[in-house]
Amino acid sequence: MERFLDFGIPGIPYGCAYALFAVGLVLTYQTTGVFNFAFGAQAFASAFVFIVLVQNAGLPIWLSFVIAVVIGAPLLGLIFDRFLFRRIPNTNTTAKVVTGIALLVAIPTLLPVIFGNQTLYNPPTLFFNQSIVYFTLAGYPVNGHDLSVVVVTAVVLSALLVVMRFTSLGVRMRAAVESRRLVELDGGNAGRVVSIAWAMSSLLAGLAGVLLAPAYPELQAQNFITLMVAAIAAAACASLRSLPRAVVFGILLGVVSLLLQGYIPTQTIFYSSALPSIPFIVLVLALLFVPGLRDLGVNKDPMSSVDTPMPPLAAAIRSPQMNRIMRTLWLTILAFFVISMLTWIPANWENVFNSGLAFSTLFLSITMITGMGGQLSLAQGTLAGVGAFVAVQLGNHLGVNMVVGMLIGAGAAATIAIVLALLSLRLKGLGLALMTLAAALFFDSSVFPVHGFTGGQSGVNLQQSWSAPFNFYETSGHQFFILAMVVLTLVVFMVVLVRRGTVGRYLGAIRGSETASAGLGINLTWQRLLVFALSGGVAGVGGTLLVINTQNANPNQFNYQLSLVFVVIVITTGVTTVEGAIQGGIGFVVIQQLLTYVPSRFQGLTVVLFAAGALTYARHPEGIVEFAKRKSTLLLQHHLSGGARLEDQPGGTPGSGGSAQAEGPSGSVARPPLSQSTLGAERG
Amino acid sequence: MAGLQPGAVRAGGPDGGSNDSLLATQGVRKSFGGVSAVAGVDLAIGRGEILGLVGPNGAGKTTLFNCISGQERHDGGTIQFKGTSLDGLPTYKRARLGIGRTYQRVEVFPDLTVEDHLIVAERARHGDGRLWKDLCARSAPRPQELDNVIQVLELVDLVELRHTPVSALGLGMCRLVELARALIRRPDLLMADEPSSGLDVHETRELANVLRTLQRERGMAVLLVEHDLGMVSEVVDRTIVMDLGQVIASGTFDEVMANSDVRRAYLGVAT
Repeated sequence: MERFLDFGIPGIPYGCAYALFAVGLVLTYQTTGVFNFAFGAQAFASAFVFIVLVQNAGLPIWLSFVIAVVIGAPLLGLIFDRFLFRRIPNTNTTAKVVTGIALLVAIPTLLPVIFGNQTLYNPPTLFFNQSIVYFTLAGYPVNGHDLSVVVVTAVVLSALLVVMRFTSLGVRMRAAVESRRLVELDGGNAGRVVSIAWAMSSLLAGLAGVLLAPAYPELQAQNFITLMVAAIAAAACASLRSLPRAVVFGILLGVVSLLLQGYIPTQTIFYSSALPSIPFIVLVLALLFVPGLRDLGVNKDPMSSVDTPMPPLAAAIRSPQMNRIMRTLWLTILAFFVISMLTWIPANWENVFNSGLAFSTLFLSITMITGMGGQLSLAQGTLAGVGAFVAVQLGNHLGVNMVVGMLIGAGAAATIAIVLALLSLRLKGLGLALMTLAAALFFDSSVFPVHGFTGGQSGVNLQQSWSAPFNFYETSGHQFFILAMVVLTLVVFMVVLVRRGTVGRYLGAIRGSETASAGLGINLTWQRLLVFALSGGVAGVGGTLLVINTQNANPNQFNYQLSLVFVVIVITTGVTTVEGAIQGGIGFVVIQQLLTYVPSRFQGLTVVLFAAGALTYARHPEGIVEFAKRKSTLLLQHHLSGGARLEDQPGGTPGSGGSAQAEGPSGSVARPPLSQSTLGAERG
Repeated sequence: MAGLQPGAVRAGGPDGGSNDSLLATQGVRKSFGGVSAVAGVDLAIGRGEILGLVGPNGAGKTTLFNCISGQERHDGGTIQFKGTSLDGLPTYKRARLGIGRTYQRVEVFPDLTVEDHLIVAERARHGDGRLWKDLCARSAPRPQELDNVIQVLELVDLVELRHTPVSALGLGMCRLVELARALIRRPDLLMADEPSSGLDVHETRELANVLRTLQRERGMAVLLVEHDLGMVSEVVDRTIVMDLGQVIASGTFDEVMANSDVRRAYLGVAT
C-alpha cells in the first residue's frame, strides 16, 4: 500500500498535465470541429515568449504572462481561425489534419528564426514557487509546481463546464460545430462563435504551456509535443467529447504510468521499453475499441447535402499537353543532372544530391500511400527506419549484401505497414493519422531505443565489407549515385506502373468514394493492405539508401518529427505525382544545404517553407508547387496558342483539384440530350 | 417513427419471398438508435421485373437499399439474392453476385475520367486487379473492354465525354455516369436510387426508355426508388409504397395510387 501511494500520488500532478492538454484538445475539437495538432506547439510558443520576456527582456512575470498568454495566445488562435481553418470546409477532414500538422512542425522552428536561437533554462514558476514544498501528502512532498497544475486543472475544468453547459455561448459553440450554416440560418453569427472558441482554446494552450514549462529544466518544443501526443490518448478515451472524462483519463494515465514505474522491476525490457510507450499503446487501444472514434471526422452536418462534394485528396489528372511539356523538361534536367554529377559537381554537393535521391525514394512511399491510396500516414519515417535497421543488422551480423538486405528490409517494413493497416482497417482521415502517429511514437520510445537493434543514440555504423560489389565509401560518391539512381528509377517505374494499372484505378476509385467502390465489387480491405504494403516497402528501400549514404544508421534519422516533416514536404511539392516526391527529396536537402551559408537561426527555415506550402493544402490539394507548375504551363500554352481560353484545357485548370460536380451548369461540359440509344446499337 | 410494430403490412404479393424470386427480403429491420428506419419489410422482385419503390421522405427506402447492397448491416430478417443468402456478406461480394446500384447522393470518383469509371467497374466485376499484371505493364484497357465501354456510353449518350474527368461534369451527367458504371457490370438487378434527380424532363424520359430497353433485351431487373411519379408510372411493372419503415401498399401503379393509406401517407389526410 505504501508503495502504491508512493508512486500513485505523484502520478496525480503528472496526470493533471496530461489532463490539461487533453481538455484543450477536446475543447478545440468540440467547439471548432478541428483536432488541433498544433496545440502542443501553441503551448510551446506561449512558454517561449513568456520566458524570453521574463529572462531576456526583464519584464515582470505578470506582464509577461499578460503579453504571452492573455493577449498572445488567443491572438494566435484567432489568426489560425481567420486565415487557415475557417477557409477549410467542415467536411474536409484531411485538410484540417494537414494544416494542424504543418503548424505543429512550423511553429517550433519559426520561433528561433524570429527571436534568435535561444536556450532557455529554468523557466520561472507562474503561481506557486516550485522550490517550496507546501505540504506533504502520504509522505509525498507537494511542491509549488504540483500544486499549481492540480489547482489550475480543477479551475479550468470547472470554468469550462460552466461555460459549455450553462451559457448560451456554450450551446452556440456546440451548434456551430454541428453545422455553421444552420446556426447562421437561425440568425447566429457562427463565425464569431467559432472565433471565440479558438481564442478560448488557444488561451488554454498558452496557460498550459507556461504552467508546465517549469517541469523541464530546459524549454524544448519536443517536450510539449510529446506531452500533447500522450494527452491525445486521454482525449481519445473520452471519445474526444467529454471534458470531465478527458480529465479523469488524463489523471488515470499519469497515475497508472507512475504506478507501473513503481511495480515493474527496473533492468527489464518492460521498464526501459514498454513503459515510455504506455500513452501510445493506450491511444492504439482507444482507436481500436472506443466506438465513438470509428467515425472520427465523418461529416454530421445536416446541411452537408448543399455542400459541393469533398475534393479528392489531390487532383490526379493533368492535361496531356502539360504532361508532354513536363516530360521533355524532366528528361532534359535528368540528362544534365546525371552528366553533371559524374563530372563537375563538387563532392560535398554530390553528397547532398545523393541524399536527395535517397529522400526522393522515401518520399515516393508517401506518393503511394497518400497520393494513390488517399490515406494520410504519419509513420513513413518509422517504416523507413525499420527497413534501414533490418538491412544494416543483416549486413553487420550475417554479412548479407546490402542490396539483398535492402530488399529484406523492405519486406520487414512492408510487414509492419500491413500490421498498421490491419489495426486501422476501420479508421480513416483523422483516426488513421492518429493511429500512424501512435505507431511512430511507439517505435520511437520502445523499439528504436533497443540497443541491439539500432545501436541506441549513437546508431550503428555500416561495415564496408557487406557493401560489395560496390564501394559506396569512395570520396567522389559516384558509385552511390549510380546505385541511388538505379533504385530510384526502379521505384519510379513501379509507382507509375501501379498507378496506370488496375490497382491504381481501383485506388483512384476508392479515394473518390469508398461506398461506390465496394458497390462495384472492389475489395477495399485488400486494396488497402496492398497500398500500405507497397508504400511500406518503398519507405524501407528509401530508408536503407539514406543510411548507406550517411554510413550510419541512427534512430534520430527516423523519428516521428521527421515523419511529420516528410508528409508536409511531399504535400507541398505534389503528392499525386512522381516528380512531386523527387522535387521534395532534392528540394529538402538543397535548401538545407543552402541554409548552412546563412546564420544558424535561419536553419529551421527549410521546415517553415515547406510547412507554409502545406498550409495551402485546402485550396491546392494537388500541392502548391504542382499548382504553380500547372499554372505556368497553362500560361505557356496560352501564350503559344495565341490566346486560347485557359478553361478549354481539359483537367488542367489550376486549382480545379476539387472542382465540384454539384456546381451546376457553370463550368460544366455541355452534353447533347440523350438520343434514342438502343441495345441494338450497343450490340452492333 | 419509433414504436411501430414491424411487419404490420406485408407486401410483395403472393410471390413475396418465394424461391423463384431474384431478390427476396423477409422481415428486414434496421434501426438507428431509437429510430426504426426499416421495420420488417418483405418484398420480392422477379427476374426482368421493374419494381417501383416509392414513399415520402424518411420512409426508409434508401436504408432498405443500403441493407440489400450491404452498405448497412440489417438488424434482423433475411435477404436472399438468386437463392443465396446475403446476410453477413460484405458489399463487394454482393456486388459480384450481380447487384448494381446508383446512389441518392451521387457517388462518383472525381479523380477518374468517365471511361476509367467504366473500366474500373468492368474489371471489378471479374475480380480482376492482380498487382503483377500492373507491374508487367499488362493492365492497359483491352480492345474488348473499350468496346464494352463505348456500347454502354452510347446507351446514355456520353461517348463524346469519355475522356473527360467527372469533376468537370454537372450533377445530371454524373448521375448518368453512375448509371453507365452500374450497367457495364451487366447486373441481374439494378437498384437505382432517384436516378432522375438532376435530369430534365426530356432526359428523364430517355432514362425511362433505357431502363425499359435493358429490361426487355437483357432481362435485367430494376428496383427503382424515385420521387418522379410520372417516370415511375411509365416504367414499372409493379409498385410498392413504403412509409415509416414499412410497406403500406403493393400492386400496379394505379392500384397503389388509389389506395387510401398511400394517399394519407403522401398527403397527410386525417382519418
